Amino acid sequence: MFLANPDRFLRFTRPLTPLLWALAVVLLAVGTWFAFAAPEDYQQGDTLRIMFVHVPAASVGLMIYAALGVSSFFALVFRHPLADAAARAAALPGAAYTLLALITGSLWGKPMWGVWWAWGDARLMSVLILFLFYLGYMALRASIDDEAKAARAAAVLGLVGLINLPIVKFSVDWWNTLHQPASLLRAEGPAMPAVFLTPLLTMMAAFGVFFLAVWITSIRTEIVRRRVLTLRARRAQEA
Amino acid sequence: MIDLDMGAYAAFVWPAWGISAAVLAVLAVRALIASRRWNAELKRLDETVDTTRAQAGRSPAAPTQ
Repeated sequence: MFLANPDRFLRFTRPLTPLLWALAVVLLAVGTWFAFAAPEDYQQGDTLRIMFVHVPAASVGLMIYAALGVSSFFALVFRHPLADAAARAAALPGAAYTLLALITGSLWGKPMWGVWWAWGDARLMSVLILFLFYLGYMALRASIDDEAKAARAAAVLGLVGLINLPIVKFSVDWWNTLHQPASLLRAEGPAMPAVFLTPLLTMMAAFGVFFLAVWITSIRTEIVRRRVLTLRARRAQEA
Repeated sequence: MIDLDMGAYAAFVWPAWGISAAVLAVLAVRALIASRRWNAELKRLDETVDTTRAQAGRSPAAPTQ
């Protein structure tokens, strides 16, 4: 709640933002190095390297929607402008990560499953729906001129989309899917050796920090944009 | 050392990494350009507001304290 004040948020994130960008670049570079230094998998061969971008994009893409949904809740219930700015700023990177998950998954699916896409697969479909929620959220905001009304309508849609998150996460357990079950977050611990776990976790951290850098930069921009609009409106009134 | 020979899977691995790099680059550039643009606009507006106020203060019609 300390950062709920836009001025305090701007002051606090000013030194933090360049640090996040720098950390994201370092983690992406190190993660990429690890990803190509890892040995080939005995079953997946070199296609395993697609997983080092696919899994981070998919899991961070899902977490971004949680951020968007929770921000929408605060925007809707407490009418907090910063929460609305946070939800708005999360939509584009979330959509981009989810699209990346779909594309890279498809590029892995063709050589490994023999198909680019499977319409009946619960994981693939629920991730496609996640992507459509992001698109719908952005389209809804763009289609309503009154920003306050657009924010409320988008926040409702953002909240509704939260229902889809457990479906995405547990689709591989609830239904018999082509997509493999979780290999990282499971009760028995990660199901992979350290040579693959290290690049995967580094890339996940990289995608996570990169999102934070984009997100915080965009929230800051949104605060500044609203100030500009207020100033313009005030000056138009004075004139 | 790193292994850049993707063998039979090159047509799948490189596009996956290429598209990922491109999408991340677009996200970064977009966010940074927008940030620069709106900050510059706020600065410009603040400066013009200051100039207007300063001019108003110097004008003979302005109330004297």
